[in-house]
Amino acid sequence: MKWDEFFVTGDPLIYGADVSIVLTMAGILFYMTRYKKWKWLWTEWLTTVDHKKLGIMYIVSAVLMLFRGGVDALLMRTQLAVPEAKFLDSQHYNEIFTTHGTIMIIFMAMPFLIGIINVVVPLQIGARDVAYPYLNAVSFWTFFIGAMLFNISFVIGGSPSAGWTSYMPLASNELSPGPGQNYYLWGLQIAGIGTLLTGINFLVTILKMRAPGMTLFRMPMFTWSSLVTMVIIIFAFPILTVALALMSFDRLFGSHFFTLQGEGMDMLWANLFWLWGHPEVYIVILPAFGIFSEIISTFSKKTLFGYKAMIWSMLLIAGYSFLVWVHHFFTMGSGAAVNSVFSITTMAIGIPTGVKIFNWLFTMYRGKIQFTTPMLWSLGFIVNFVVGGVTGVMLAMAAADYQYHNTYFLVSHFHYVLIAGTVFGCFAGLIYWYPKMFGYKLNERIGKWVFWLFTIGFNVCFMPQYFLGLDGMPRRVYTYSEESGWGPLNMVSTLGGFMMGIAFLVLVYNMYYSFRFAKRETTGDAWDGRTLEWSTPSAMPPFYNFAKIPEVTGLDHFWRQKQAGKVEKLTAKDIKKIHMPSNSGVPFIMGSFFFVLGFGFVFDWMWMAILGGIGVIGTLIYRSFEYDDGYYVSVEEVLETEKISK
Amino acid sequence: MMQRLKPFLTFGLLIAVFMLSGCSDMVVLDPKGPVGEQQKDLIMYSIWFMLFILLVVYALTAFIVYKYRDRKNHKGYDPDNEGSHLLETIWWIIPIIITIALAVPTVKTIYSLEGPPEETKDQKPLVIHATSVDWKWVFTYPEQDIETVNYLHIPEDRPVLFKLTSADSMASFWVPQLGGQKYAMAGMETKLYLQADEQGTYEGRNSNFTGEGFTDHTFDVMAMSDEEFEKWASETKADAPELTKEQYDKLMLPGHVKEMTFSSTHLGFVNHADEADYAIKARERLGYEPLIPHSKAAKEKREEEKEKKQQEQEESESHGDSHAH
Repeated sequence: MKWDEFFVTGDPLIYGADVSIVLTMAGILFYMTRYKKWKWLWTEWLTTVDHKKLGIMYIVSAVLMLFRGGVDALLMRTQLAVPEAKFLDSQHYNEIFTTHGTIMIIFMAMPFLIGIINVVVPLQIGARDVAYPYLNAVSFWTFFIGAMLFNISFVIGGSPSAGWTSYMPLASNELSPGPGQNYYLWGLQIAGIGTLLTGINFLVTILKMRAPGMTLFRMPMFTWSSLVTMVIIIFAFPILTVALALMSFDRLFGSHFFTLQGEGMDMLWANLFWLWGHPEVYIVILPAFGIFSEIISTFSKKTLFGYKAMIWSMLLIAGYSFLVWVHHFFTMGSGAAVNSVFSITTMAIGIPTGVKIFNWLFTMYRGKIQFTTPMLWSLGFIVNFVVGGVTGVMLAMAAADYQYHNTYFLVSHFHYVLIAGTVFGCFAGLIYWYPKMFGYKLNERIGKWVFWLFTIGFNVCFMPQYFLGLDGMPRRVYTYSEESGWGPLNMVSTLGGFMMGIAFLVLVYNMYYSFRFAKRETTGDAWDGRTLEWSTPSAMPPFYNFAKIPEVTGLDHFWRQKQAGKVEKLTAKDIKKIHMPSNSGVPFIMGSFFFVLGFGFVFDWMWMAILGGIGVIGTLIYRSFEYDDGYYVSVEEVLETEKISK
Repeated sequence: MMQRLKPFLTFGLLIAVFMLSGCSDMVVLDPKGPVGEQQKDLIMYSIWFMLFILLVVYALTAFIVYKYRDRKNHKGYDPDNEGSHLLETIWWIIPIIITIALAVPTVKTIYSLEGPPEETKDQKPLVIHATSVDWKWVFTYPEQDIETVNYLHIPEDRPVLFKLTSADSMASFWVPQLGGQKYAMAGMETKLYLQADEQGTYEGRNSNFTGEGFTDHTFDVMAMSDEEFEKWASETKADAPELTKEQYDKLMLPGHVKEMTFSSTHLGFVNHADEADYAIKARERLGYEPLIPHSKAAKEKREEEKEKKQQEQEESESHGDSHAH
């Protein structure tokens, strides 16, 4: 390995990035040292096992990744704004769309939602924490380290450039030499471990930690959607783990699972990838569906319409999600019978999804609709997501898909479902639960600006792409000719993209503005909510969540209590000592060893990988000899926190 | 209120305008052969359904949001309205019916595209092997015993059976105006029937990402009368040079080449559908080393390629149109 292959050089954009990375690092180091924040950072955040703090860390990381993925997107849109542009060369463009896709799905959408799930689900089911708090911290740190490992690729060694789908044999050593593709393999692999652990953790949490009286069919819809998502994660992620491991063997140890040589099967990779990849789409959409259900119900002041139908349709979607993966390669010549079957299963997903849309609409029917920002995002979701939905059905028609496949029609479709579904959902959920996390609301007026800028920009950006697709523009081309006639629509699309970028900046400004000026919440019930998370007396729940575990008598228990004027007040005799888990620095240290392991494999430096591996196993062994059963919070401390006099 | 509805209206209008004005200009909706025609019909059929669904959802959303917005003297609030068997049954059944209405023609078309078009199925199809190599297309006419690179001649009104394969990365063979695409993969063969009903030049390309040269992985298809095609084939057989194994191996190196014509085919040396690693071995034989994209050597090579491309462009501009085959 020569130095010119280690640091990425020769591109002014990259030098700019290098400088900004060094400056940011220096800035952080200076600030933390100057204001003596290191100890605070370690004890409050790096070693925490509190689900609310871990959730916030997930969300902060996801917002940073949204920025990174968004900058990638704008670089691409800049390059495509006019024909024959010379802004990026082919290799650079390929790296950017590869990292854009990977980051947005794996390191933005999923962690954003998992962050919200982390903050909200234990509160919604009336629990003090998740089932395995320590494991929860391990999940976060593996995700974070995986993301960081993947991210440094653009300044060290070079980013992967085989697309986020990494089809073989393109992703093989012969056709994608160097560390780039290894970053993809190990970034995803390490983060994937965390995701699988989250799946197990929250499945057990939701099944075993519910407050007394909360039967499955009394669970809030967001908890339900999280439960279904966790089941999908548990079934889907092992497939990704195996597929990535097999490709790692191909690249690092010369095996021939997917290669051109030695009877390797490139199709096998495509099948494994989408067997995970299609359910992944539902992993990032179902929690968003859950968020919209909560918000629409809250701001219509009505119980969710067709609660049971909502649950059954979600279970149906989850089942279907494993039966449709072939629609990602209708064009692989699998024959008419196979294509027909997968065409129909794919179209059938539209049925339960349509049912959900109508149930949301009728949740508002006979309601009292308040147009708060979370509600605007939810309405925007309905209006825009159906466009993605109907074009999804069009793509599902295999015979027509032969024409849409690999074109901007497809690009537009999946952005319409992923942005109008997942991103709108993340924003809606963030704004809705913001007072639970930080004790104040985001400013509503600025929030509405963000909504309109983003939504209009989104449509201006992606609507033209349907027409570009029908005009034969393939995805992933880095430039096009003047004669193709694609110039004007691409220019429009780029302008829309920048509008979304501006909306993001206004959102960040809103966070700053509200931090400075927003009125602080005095009760835990910022929006006149319906579910248990709003029932804590203080705006931000204390680290143990509930001083007394609530007892649930029905759906929307808290709302019904409020309606009946029977909200229970805590008294001193309700308080007992509370058992809580201890903080631990081990998950963070384990994550760091994972970084060493991953970095070693990326550059094929086995000594380093082995060192990291020993570290990971060492921390596991250390943990298994740790006899820390947590501690008790005394009655006095609880009384003081809850401001109850004896 | 109008303000709340505005985005919906603008949006609908935008679609309508695009649909009415742009349709006939978009290549997928302007097919020049029976395969593309069938796909266009299916697409248009589905578009009407989809516009209907959008209309229903938007109308319902606008109505509900308007009628039940929170305001003074709000009427009709009913917090316990939480389900209706009748309504829910309706919106389970209608999507099922729509799905069936879409599934039937889809399956029919899928099966119909597996063979030659209905109107010419008694004709013997012309067989052409299309092989993708990073980043060029090799076309083989086994019957005529000729081979072309990066361009195709086909007779009109006669089905063409493409036998697709790849020497390396997975590619997708696509001529939008003639019909939908199919993948070309090393170590296997996929089949695609296309047909042109009008003479003319159509743009074809690989539409599945294959790395650095993907964008220019294109070719031209020239559809001509039967006589013209036969004349071109026999002239090519007589005039064009033979394809040697050395020359073919050189084609296996990643990179672009100009259009080429040969009076023999590569099928004598290799069929990539049977021998998946031929190109990789050929590259080894020629001493080709894949370069790490960010290494100095790779950058230098990229600069060279850029210059070469520019020179070629200047040359072809001074020579006028390159399509004087």
